[in-house]
Amino acid sequence: MSFAPHTEEDIAQMLGALGLRGVDELFEELKATLPPGDVPEVGQTGEFELRRQLWDMARLNGRPDQTPCFRGAGAYEHYVPAAIPQLLSRGEFFTAYTPYQAEVSQGTLQAMYEFQTMVCELLGMEIANASMYDGASALAEAALMALRISKKRCLLVSDAIHPQWIDVLRTYTANVDAEIVSIPAREGITLPAAVASAIDENTAAVLIQNPNVFGIIEPIREIGYLLAEQSALFIVAAYPTTLGILASPGEAGADIAVAEGQPLGIPLSYGGPYVGLFGTKLEHVRQMPGRISGAAFDGKGRRGYVMTLQAREQHIRRERATSNICSNQALCALAVTIYLSLIGPSGLRTVAEQSYSVAHRLAERLSALPGCSLAYDAQFFNEFVLELPVSADDVERELWNHGIISGLPLGRWWPNHKNEMLFCATEIISDAAIHRLVAAMEEALS
Amino acid sequence: MNSATVFEKSRPGRGTSFISGHATPVCADLSPKALRSAPPRLPELTEGEVVRHYTNLSRNNWGVDVGFYPLGSCTMKYNPRLAEQIASWPEFSAAHPLRPVRAAQGFLRIMYETERILSRLCGMARFTLQPAAGAQGELCGMLIIRKHHATRRDRRNTVIVPDSAHGTNPATAALAGFKVVTCPSSDEGLVDIGALKKLVNDDLAGIMLTNPNTLGLFERDIREICYIVHNAGGLVYYDGANFNALVGRFRPGDMGFDVVHLNLHKTFGTPHGGGGPGSGPVGVVEKLEPHLPVPLITKGPEEFELEEHRPLSIGRLNAFAGNALVIVKAYIYMRLLGTAGLREVSGNSVLAANYLKQRLSEVYTPSHPGRCMHEFVLSAERHKNEAGVRAVDIAKRLIDLGFHPPTMYFPLTVPEALMIEPTETENLETLDAFVDALLQIDREARESPEMLHNAPHETPVGRLDEVEAAKNLNVRWQAEPSANTSHSQDASKRKDGQ
Amino acid sequence: MNIPDDLKYTATHEWIRHTAEGVAVGISDYAQSELTDIVFVELPETGRALNPGEEICALESVKAVAYVYAPVAGTIAAVNERLTKEPELINQDPYGEGWIIRIAPADPEKTVDLLEASAYRQRLESEG
Repeated sequence: MSFAPHTEEDIAQMLGALGLRGVDELFEELKATLPPGDVPEVGQTGEFELRRQLWDMARLNGRPDQTPCFRGAGAYEHYVPAAIPQLLSRGEFFTAYTPYQAEVSQGTLQAMYEFQTMVCELLGMEIANASMYDGASALAEAALMALRISKKRCLLVSDAIHPQWIDVLRTYTANVDAEIVSIPAREGITLPAAVASAIDENTAAVLIQNPNVFGIIEPIREIGYLLAEQSALFIVAAYPTTLGILASPGEAGADIAVAEGQPLGIPLSYGGPYVGLFGTKLEHVRQMPGRISGAAFDGKGRRGYVMTLQAREQHIRRERATSNICSNQALCALAVTIYLSLIGPSGLRTVAEQSYSVAHRLAERLSALPGCSLAYDAQFFNEFVLELPVSADDVERELWNHGIISGLPLGRWWPNHKNEMLFCATEIISDAAIHRLVAAMEEALS
Repeated sequence: MNSATVFEKSRPGRGTSFISGHATPVCADLSPKALRSAPPRLPELTEGEVVRHYTNLSRNNWGVDVGFYPLGSCTMKYNPRLAEQIASWPEFSAAHPLRPVRAAQGFLRIMYETERILSRLCGMARFTLQPAAGAQGELCGMLIIRKHHATRRDRRNTVIVPDSAHGTNPATAALAGFKVVTCPSSDEGLVDIGALKKLVNDDLAGIMLTNPNTLGLFERDIREICYIVHNAGGLVYYDGANFNALVGRFRPGDMGFDVVHLNLHKTFGTPHGGGGPGSGPVGVVEKLEPHLPVPLITKGPEEFELEEHRPLSIGRLNAFAGNALVIVKAYIYMRLLGTAGLREVSGNSVLAANYLKQRLSEVYTPSHPGRCMHEFVLSAERHKNEAGVRAVDIAKRLIDLGFHPPTMYFPLTVPEALMIEPTETENLETLDAFVDALLQIDREARESPEMLHNAPHETPVGRLDEVEAAKNLNVRWQAEPSANTSHSQDASKRKDGQ
Repeated sequence: MNIPDDLKYTATHEWIRHTAEGVAVGISDYAQSELTDIVFVELPETGRALNPGEEICALESVKAVAYVYAPVAGTIAAVNERLTKEPELINQDPYGEGWIIRIAPADPEKTVDLLEASAYRQRLESEG
């Protein structure tokens, strides 16, 4: 199956206009310079047959929607209202390009403007961009931005930030003049005192994630007060669903706020595409990476939207751009915009409260199991670390045999935490699923 | 109200409840300092109101589904619906990225097969599917080049970029810590070999090239260019934005490239989404394999695995394994077309571009005479000098005539540039109608240029005042109209507060 | 194209005027028309020392960015604060109200190549 519409007559007509006899003649110069490519033999497969083959491959993933999953760690399963995929499937949205021609892209540009507004509201920041690739790269770009603004080189990074996000941060900062210094998170929480003792005159920024990778709520307001006296910038990475209830980065005094937007209307997608949220203070707008949609007026006084401040971006500033980012995650950002419009402030609060409540019920049941206890005392939101009497990898395997995806064994990130598991629950976890989990855990532990 | 935002349509108390609320305020046990003092001001609308709002927004948008979209270097081809359907299956869309590997074999198998096909299509030893877009792929590639030299304790800090290059190239090189040196083009629009030889020294880490280049011309000296750079100890990077011209016929590896990035949302038919998500896989020759980012998909004795620990890797670029659903769509595209279909892609896209160039060259000035590949550039310089009509005027008038404009003012090396890439999925009637429209515009330029200066006339908004938009920045909606604009310069005087 | 005869110019399209308060620097009429409407000027700080040819600041329009380079050595004595709110002054009156900085010159010998108006005019014509 090919999507090229050219019949033999069409091709003959085009060749005729060019005075050529065959399409191959258009590649003469290349043939003179290069060997013919030894390309793989991939057969053409019709839609019906291919669909059947993909179905067989899909089944190797099991039925995720029938397999209760108690894992979070950066990707959270919240309910995706039915209207979202329906609206995203409109071809005017998903087959559009970047809105460089504003007059025919008002749909995309206005949606971007609305998205930016909602991100500002959630994160409590003055301005936001039209999205980054994901939360991890958004954090990395925030760090680079802080280095540019402060002209200092030291990044203080809490040990309680998601380790894979810290890996991405290291990759992005490997070739700039910067140093990453960790702030210890004893007892699973980043204490203001620990931040205070790590700061010095070389500190460009302090990076905190709230809730952190252990699910624990960080004291961001206290850390913010501390940093208000300092020149170091305060960067906070948030879990956006919790912002229906928890203090926003802006309220805590953050200079830059980022988040992984996936929990807001984007399915788990095996890790991507996701969407990075990025907000900051108005005074830093020219250092902010990413695209921005701004309101504008035409000759007849009609309001519309355009991509603005493009002089920051790669196609104008080239090697001095704030970032190299070009394509972002526009369709995913649209999903977030529609999600927040559908659930509204009270809906967001409900999702947050439900997630908190289900997770705490789960924690109570699991910590009552023989030999199990919560690893940390500090307040958590909807994720917690459970200490087991046995290897977490073994429990994971046992539970998979029961058709359940357990919490995440933490031995993969911290070798001396092999008996710990990071559990997550959201509003979609039913009582029946919890029951099933607890029963399976009991069996696995005996 | 044509452009009323969703906030302006909001009314307190409206909304749809998707899940039942919890009766008791469960967060009573949290300390007040942890809590938000005021809820976020999100809109309140019913589902019906939201659906109507976004449906109407979409009707102000142009997409490939709407009409011809000849944006040069963007490859706006048709997006197959089977890919959309399959990617939405819960087996794919509802899978947690950290699920045990044994529970993700469907994904891993697709990603593995995709990796194998791309490697063979490009003449590379191995691909990573991690980068989330072309620009991130470029960063990946440049970090690999840096790591290669660092591992051999060879300090090289310069990267050469042609003057016709896309802005992401120098921006990426700078992000990877390199100093960027620009190489001029010859009169033929190709890399000037003489100039290149003078720029090459033992500080050269590598060169970034697109082939065909941004003028749609094949760099016929590519093997010599690669030889010159390799001889000086540098590596050669292929920006795959223009791979549509070569796919299934020729391979960057055979030209001498060491690192390749592809844009799945261009060549491999995944949708552009209004500006993403894309996917930018990166392929390398064998000696660079150790530097690929983690995780890498490998085939174990019994199942597919994710290799997370590679000592010489550049590290991680993504929290997880990349834009998995985009990769699934590209895989479906490749399987639908097969090798034969991919050859048709390059053949027909190059044929269509040459057909348009031939017919338009009678009236418009091509940047360079003769054959092109899958895209070509016209210059409106003559129209500007003779009739005061610029590239932007021609572009905006095309909108009235039912076409999305081509890329404007790129590459920077051609004055009043219009870059046209038809792709292989447009029928002959569309191509002919596009030619007719441009011929009409040429007549209008001579007879009634005001039609062009004031275009577009038919759209919900006309040309917007971008200058005022930049000076009086309004990038978020706020309740009081007077609070909506903030002079962007005021920002530097303000300290805090919303 | 307006190229006043009483000023000197650089190859990078700056003009200079010797005044009692120092050497005033701006960009030429040609430069402002190429840049089109300027929306933002990143003014430098006074007191900063400059070498000839050193980059002073950036001028942004909606579609381009251009850099202003120091024609002479010295320290920045004053910047045109009006450009913060009215960057368009550079387009409207590039040689008058659109001045950008004033330099207190150090060594009068330390300059970039300075062109007389006629030489600058010729240069523009040959560049086409």
